[in-house]
Amino acid sequence: MNYQLDFTPVIDGFPDLLWGCLGTLGLALGGMVIAIIIGIGGVILRDSPIKPIRWLVMAFVELIRNTPFLVQIYFIFFALPLAGIFINPTVTAIIALGINGGAYAIEIIRGGVQSIHKGQIEAGKALGLHKGDIFRLIVLKPALRAIYPSLTSQFILLTLTTSIASAVSAYELTSVAQRIESDSFRSFEVYGTVTVLYFLMAWIMMQVFNLISNRYFSYPVK
Amino acid sequence: MNNANPSTSAEPMIVFRHVEKWYGSFKALTDINLEVRTGEKIVLCGPSGSGKSTLIRCINHLEPYQKGELLVEGLKVGEDPKIIDAVRREVGMVFQQFNLFPHMTVLENCILAPMRTRKTPREAAVATARRLLDRVKILDQADKYPAQLSGGQQQRVAIARALCMEPKAMLFDEPTSALDPEMVKEVLDTMISLAEEGMTMICVTHEMGFARQVADRVIFMAKGEIIEEAPPEQFFRNPQHKRTQQFLGEILSRH
Repeated sequence: MNYQLDFTPVIDGFPDLLWGCLGTLGLALGGMVIAIIIGIGGVILRDSPIKPIRWLVMAFVELIRNTPFLVQIYFIFFALPLAGIFINPTVTAIIALGINGGAYAIEIIRGGVQSIHKGQIEAGKALGLHKGDIFRLIVLKPALRAIYPSLTSQFILLTLTTSIASAVSAYELTSVAQRIESDSFRSFEVYGTVTVLYFLMAWIMMQVFNLISNRYFSYPVK
Repeated sequence: MNNANPSTSAEPMIVFRHVEKWYGSFKALTDINLEVRTGEKIVLCGPSGSGKSTLIRCINHLEPYQKGELLVEGLKVGEDPKIIDAVRREVGMVFQQFNLFPHMTVLENCILAPMRTRKTPREAAVATARRLLDRVKILDQADKYPAQLSGGQQQRVAIARALCMEPKAMLFDEPTSALDPEMVKEVLDTMISLAEEGMTMICVTHEMGFARQVADRVIFMAKGEIIEEAPPEQFFRNPQHKRTQQFLGEILSRH
């Protein structure tokens, strides 16, 4: 063990690594936004009065949750061009992350919605509110509060999963690291640094999630 | 309160005609016939599972019924969503478990429905809400969240919330059953003052003191049927049916 640490390539490439972090956060943010939309939309459709729509949502959730993300992102990246749809790797990655995160979000948010006492919905009905208003104004916030810890840890996972998007050469931290590593062969230094950067991003994100929670979900409950 | 009350008119506001309801194969309501006139105060009592909550929940269609017809102000409450909407705007409901929205302040709870369903402007909705919160003596808690209030306070807020829709009738579904004993009175006092102002009320309750004081008629139900119906003096002094006598014996010995 007389490996000589040499951080010079890491230091030289540090601005690139920081840009990579920004790319990662961009993918994660885009993925989360799509995941939240799919999650809430999916929960509404999951209880649609039309059976085929319910089945479609259930099939979507099962399909996504029982196949590897790497395969999903390859599928979107290579299959869509066959259908004549050409999108760049970064957009592909955001879509794939959103779809993957969305499937998990449907199940998580659904759990939250089911935790809402039916008296809440009856009170809304008795006040003359319509189904959509009841969901949006009465059910959604307490439901999101109930599952907030699970949803945010799913989103942290989504952020870390962005590293797989390097497989389709999306612009993010891992692909930047791979490039620096293959130019310098300083694997330990590069991936050691990247590990710390991912950890910091996840940690900062958790703090942001906590701030959001304090801002929006701080109402007292018994 | 009795039939001499000037706010009581001859015109029926709520009419049940041969209403029947099943939960699957279980018959929850059998041949319900009932007329409630504007301004009348009805107390519904009976053992648990007798269908009294189910009966009032049919009025605003929280429960659908399968046979007969139920009219509110001449409109048949059934599958027509427009009529259900109209009835729900005109008929307020207070629940055993309060069902306040935990993520909204007391004031927000009160202004939500008027703003969404009556399209009342915010300032007007707030003014109405503050007036009604004052009336149930809880205006000082307007900016608190439900979990910060006692059960009795929550139920008074729930009453104010229903009143904010300016309903023509109020349904009370065991409004004091979930309360600690020392809080029952504040809620009953609120209901009594509402009754004195002429509100049409149907109350499912075992508070027989309340029934004596405000009811025009007391209705006794068992096994989904109306067994007996009488003005309170007669109902308590001289119940006709054995089942009623037995029930009154049980419930009055507890108090």
